[in-house]
This record gives sequence, C-alpha cells and structure tokens, in this order.
Amino acid sequence: MEKQSLEKVIVEHPFFADLESYYISLLVSCASNVRFDSGKYILREGEEANEFYLIRAGRVAIEINPPQRKPIIVDTLGEGDILGWSWLLPPYTWRFCARAAEATRAIALDAKCLRTKCEQNHDLGYELLKRFSQNIYRRLDATRLQLLDVYAAH
Amino acid sequence: MLPIETVSFVPQPWPVRTVTKETPDTFTLTLEPPEAQSSRFEPGQFSMLWVFGVGELPISISGDADAGAHVYTVRSVGAATNSLVSREPGESLGVRGPYGVGWPMEAARGRDVVVVAGGIGLAPLRPVIYRVLRNRDQYRRLVILYGARSPRDILFRKELAAWAKQKDTQVLSTVDYGGLSWHGHVGVVTSLLKYVRLQPAQTVAMVCGPEIMMRFVARELVGKGIAAENLYLSMERHMKCAVGLCGRCQWGQHFICKDGPVFSFDRIAPLLDRYEL
Amino acid sequence: MDQSPQFRLAPEQLDKLIGSLARRGYEVIGPVVRDGAVVYDRISGAEELPRGLTDDQEAGRYRLKPRQDAAFFGYASSPQSWKKFLHPAQVKLFDAEQQDGVFRILPAPDERRRFAFVGVRACDLAAIGIQDRVMLEGPYRDAIYQARREQVFIVAVECAQSAPTCFCASMAAGPQVRSSHVDLTLIEVASSSEHWFLAQTGTDRGREVLAELEHRPSKEEERRTASEAVESAARAQTRRIDNTGIRDLLYQNFEHPRWDNVAERCLACANCTMVCPTCFCTTIEDTSDVKGEHAERWRLWDSCFTMNFSYIHGGSVRTSGKARYRQWMTHKLGSWIDQFGSSGCVGCGRCISWCPVGIDITEEVEAIRGSKGVSHGKTIA
Repeated sequence: MEKQSLEKVIVEHPFFADLESYYISLLVSCASNVRFDSGKYILREGEEANEFYLIRAGRVAIEINPPQRKPIIVDTLGEGDILGWSWLLPPYTWRFCARAAEATRAIALDAKCLRTKCEQNHDLGYELLKRFSQNIYRRLDATRLQLLDVYAAH
Repeated sequence: MLPIETVSFVPQPWPVRTVTKETPDTFTLTLEPPEAQSSRFEPGQFSMLWVFGVGELPISISGDADAGAHVYTVRSVGAATNSLVSREPGESLGVRGPYGVGWPMEAARGRDVVVVAGGIGLAPLRPVIYRVLRNRDQYRRLVILYGARSPRDILFRKELAAWAKQKDTQVLSTVDYGGLSWHGHVGVVTSLLKYVRLQPAQTVAMVCGPEIMMRFVARELVGKGIAAENLYLSMERHMKCAVGLCGRCQWGQHFICKDGPVFSFDRIAPLLDRYEL
Repeated sequence: MDQSPQFRLAPEQLDKLIGSLARRGYEVIGPVVRDGAVVYDRISGAEELPRGLTDDQEAGRYRLKPRQDAAFFGYASSPQSWKKFLHPAQVKLFDAEQQDGVFRILPAPDERRRFAFVGVRACDLAAIGIQDRVMLEGPYRDAIYQARREQVFIVAVECAQSAPTCFCASMAAGPQVRSSHVDLTLIEVASSSEHWFLAQTGTDRGREVLAELEHRPSKEEERRTASEAVESAARAQTRRIDNTGIRDLLYQNFEHPRWDNVAERCLACANCTMVCPTCFCTTIEDTSDVKGEHAERWRLWDSCFTMNFSYIHGGSVRTSGKARYRQWMTHKLGSWIDQFGSSGCVGCGRCISWCPVGIDITEEVEAIRGSKGVSHGKTIA
C-alpha cells in the first residue's frame, strides 16, 4: 500500500480521530498494511511485543491458555479496535494470545519505531497515551462486568 | 385510581402442555389456558405460577402475545424454580395473572427498537421481538443485542438465527467466555454497541437481564445519546402477592409488581445504585 | 365532633348500646384487659370493659394503673389495633387437592363479617381510613379486607386524655374525629363527681341505634365541657412530627448518619410493625401433608424488618438493620405519600411505647431534620 493511502487509513481509524496531521505523518513511517488468514495466530503469549495493530476488518479472538485445558477466549475485537498494549511498557512481552477468528486486515505499527518517536516528541507520546488510556478504561469497565459473572446462578 | 379487580389470591389450575429444555439449566413450559379463561397478555407482563404445596413464583411470559401463547421460560436456580421445571405434560400449575406494566410497544411505534438482553433476560423480551416482527411496518429497525455466559447458555439459538434474516433486523450475540468452537463475539454485551449504528433521537431501547448488567448497559446507552425517557428496564424484587398488597416488592416508592416491572430509566435512575434500598 | 346534634347519655347506656348492636347481629368488639394490657376482643356487655383504668406509657414502657374515676375509655393506645379484625394476622387463602399431578382448588369460604367496633379512637379511625386506601382504592382490591370492612359499625370515642407517647394532633389525625360519616361518636366526661357521655351520629343506622338508648339533647355547657376535655387532651401532647416536606427530607437523606445511630439501637424485633395500625405487609406460605395430596396456602402478617422480607435469589437486598429501619420509616412517613396520597402515620405512638429499646420515631425525624436541611448523599427520587 502506498504511503498516501496508508496515511488515509490511519486518519480514518477511530483510534486516531482528531489527531493533528503532523503527528499522523510521524506515525506513517512506522506503519504497514497486514493481513491474517482465519485461524492464524497474530501474537503469542510470552513473545516480544514488537507491534500493535489497528483492526480494519475481521475478528480477532484474545485467548488465555490455562494449563491442561483448552484455550479460553476472553474477548473478541473487530473493526475499529486496537490490539495490543504490551508494547507500551517494559518488559514489552505479550501476556496473551491473539488469533484471527476470521480473515483479518489491520495496520501494524512498529513498536520500536513508535517508542523512539514518542521519546523524541513527548507531545506525540502524550496524544497516544491519552487515546490508549481511554481504550484501557473502557476495557477495564467491561472486564469488571465480565468478572462479576452476572449470568451465573447464585 | 379506580379499582380494576377484586383479588382473593386464588390461582386457576392450568395444564402443562410441553416442557422443553433450552440450556442445561433453563426450560420452557407452555401452558394451556382453560376454555373460559382469557389468555390475553402484553409483552413484559408476568404470571404467578404456583406449584402445588411448594410455592409461587413470578415468571415473565415469553410467548407471542398476539397469539395469547402462555409460554414461560424458567431458569432452575433453587428448590422452587426446580419444582416448576420438573412438571410433566398433563400436570397442573396454578396461574394468577397476567400482572404488571409491560414494555412500551406504543411508544416504540414508528421508531427503531433496540433490545438488549442478558442471560435469561431474553425471555421477557421475546414477546417484544414477536410483536415487532408480526407488525413489521409499524416499527423501524429492530436491533437485538444478546449476551450469555457461555455458548451453551445461549437461549433461543435457532430463533436468533431466524430473526437475523428478517427485514431491517440486526442480531448480535456475545458470550462472557468462549471455547475454540465458538466463532462469535466474546465480551460483555455493552461491547456489541459499537457495531450498531444508533440513531438516538428515534430509538426506544428495552433492556432486561441481571440488575448490574442493566446498569452498565443503561449507562452506555445514555452515553450514546439515548434519552432516559426512551430507555426501559425490567426490574425484579421479591414478590408474593403480585398485586401491590403485600408490600414486599417495594423499591423506593414503587411497587415493582404494579408500577413495573418495566420502568423508564428517567423514573428510576436515582434508585439504581442506592445500596440496600 | 361537628355541628350536628349532640345528645347526652348516662353511662348505663353503654351496656344497652352493646346489647343493641348484638341484637342487630353484629359481632361486637371492644377493649378488654388481658395480661396487663388493653386488647380488643368480643364483648357482650359494658362490665367487660377496662373501667377505671388508665395507662402509663413512655418510650419502651406500658403499664396499666387505676384511675380516680370509673371511666370506660380512660386510657390511650394499646398494643393491638382494629387491623387485627379487618386485616387478620392469619388467613387461609385456599385448600387444594392433588392426584397424579393434577389438582383442584377449594377456595376458602366467604369471610363476610359484621363487626361492630366499640371504642375506636380518632387515630385508629384515621388508620382504618389509611388501610382502606391501601386495600380498596388501588388497581387491585383486597377481597379479604373488603369482606370484613364493608359492614363495620363504628362507635368512635374522642379521647379525653393523651399518653405522653401520643402525637395524633401533629399528624392531624386526632384526638377529634375528623370524619363525618361515623356511625356513632362519643365523648366520655368522667371525674370523681360526674360521669356521662356526649353522643353524635353520622349515619342512618347510627341514628337507629341511638334511638333505642335513653338520651336527651345536650346543653351548651355540656358540649363545651366535652369539647374542652378533648382539646386539653390535644394540648397535653408534647411529642410531634413536623411533616413539612417530610417526603423529600427522607428521600434526600438516604445516607444520613442518623440511620447508623438508630441501627445501633434497633433490634429488628418487628414490634413496631406488629402494633402499628397501618402496617399491612404480609407473606404467603404453603403447607402440604406428607403424602402430597392436600395443600393449603395461608396469608400471614409479615414485617419489613425480617431478613427474608427482601430476599431474592442470591440474598436479601436489605441485609443490615440500618437498611431495614430506614425502609420502615421512609416508607411510613415519606413514600406512603407518593403511594397512597397521605402519610402512613397517625401519631398513635404505639411504636414508641412498644419498642423494647424505646426508639422514638418523632425524635428520629427531628434528628434528620436537625441538620438544617442539608442533604446527605444523593436523593432516591
């Protein structure tokens, strides 16, 4: 995908809504277009977190593998969602697995490239962290509701 | 207020026609109204079902209101509900009702109907779906968002698939956790909202499920611009008489049995998070 | 009493009154002494009444003691009220018989009764009116209450003394009888030197009964003496509830620290709900025989103070004593107004006397009001 159309895709993704075009252009150099076939593992627990993904289409299942049991899907993400936070903070290792439940298209953002840019330009770093925090806050809320297991018999 | 009915708390015996297992702990009973009995009810209403010598429970009617179908979907969570679902076809259940203020089918006419159900909460909302689909041109879009605990707890699976094929109807399901054979959404029912193109000004939303789930959903829907007067919840408290005379189901100044169980959110928002109200 | 004619009766006429009501087929109920308290039961003559007795009541205290005169109604409230008869503590709803999973219902026989209540104080008359609104004026009418209430003949008595626990005057429920459709209203004037009754009727059947008793039109000074006795009973009341904006006061003080204070004292014994003449909460219970062929369904008095009152699968909604006391008081004085158009309290003071730890509802209202209208926490409506 050309740089211009990549930039267009980033701009249109809800995660980057209202981000100044100057910062968008900084990000584009860290971005690439990726595709995952259905069933393919996008990232695995314990591996180095080198990228994060803006999902454009498809569905990704977040899985935890408990010992001696089949994997449990604890969340699914789709169009407009962000996959991956572990790249943000040390030790930069994935804490779960993510598998494409359907054929999935995404923009991958290189973690080392992005971290370097954020260290150089703290304003960019702040803009990204603001957006990530919102995402994490919403997911925490949802996770808590999930934890309550409200449908269980008491 | 003019009296409508003099009550003596005596049920009528109705025979059980069928008992079907929906999920490992949930069963659907269909009851046969006796000849002379009116079987009319409105979506969202409930009946008091009495098991001989055991007890009486308020159960929402989950059948087609326009066909007077007395269908009751019951989750077995204790001795009383278990005795209810253990009935065999031909046996009797005592019936009193229908009672309660139901879903706002009139207010929803000419608007988008968004139904958000959690767990067994889909049962009291099913009559809404039937009513909308039977009178399709009286309503705009129908959106059904359903959350269950796990794939094997999903209620009315075949119907959900059939409803998804209806005109201007969107059906999305999710589970709190899934196994590898589940190919759908995983996560709480609020997370499905991002897949719905909401038009808040012309939407009536109806929510039913565990109280905590309804609070979270209501917060999300209001956050997305649904007016509190267009958002409806079905509440639940301990009931004995179902007619506002035993005092038990009081919640603030409301009797859930006769002022509800369906309430618009603007009436009840201050009550919802009062601990031990 | 209002402006319609008032008549003077000698005390001996009370016995004739009871006889006259009995002859008309009424079950005559009146006050009697049992186990050291005035209770309501069937009477056949005036000699069964608590003549010459008065009560000594305070928070958590009730004693009967002799009077200097021979008044029949010389005491204030008692642990029972007329709800014992109109809204009975135990009622069988129906019997049922089952064979092979199919059952039939045998409804309880018609409970139509013809009571005559002798000695209904103004507070209790107001309480009956409040229960009428609950039981008969909603979208569902209670058949059991209706069957017992429709034909009640009421002989009301305006009090000539108040107990320290009485506050009916501040609740606009007494001691004068506020209704004009009471069959017979009496004021008893009793002292060591005189004893007579002033009587007024408000219905045709009241007039018919009065016609059978010896009576004469009252004199101006007699009417003055009688009404002064009742007015002095009102003036003697020291307890009061200020009902200004009380519903909003209670709704907006859901988190008031006073509830914690009450919770430390309240035993959740439910006495207050048992003696309260307007409390109406009930439960319905099943019994069946061992073979599972015969079952009964009973309605019983219940109280919002019990743990299982608010039980829903998973647990009770109001587990703490604090939540339950708050529910009772907020309902009685506040939400009752939204539900039934009036306060649920008539100021009879029974809950104060019969609370084993002497919790005083009037004091609790003062304490919550005392924060000068500052709301604690968010409102519940």
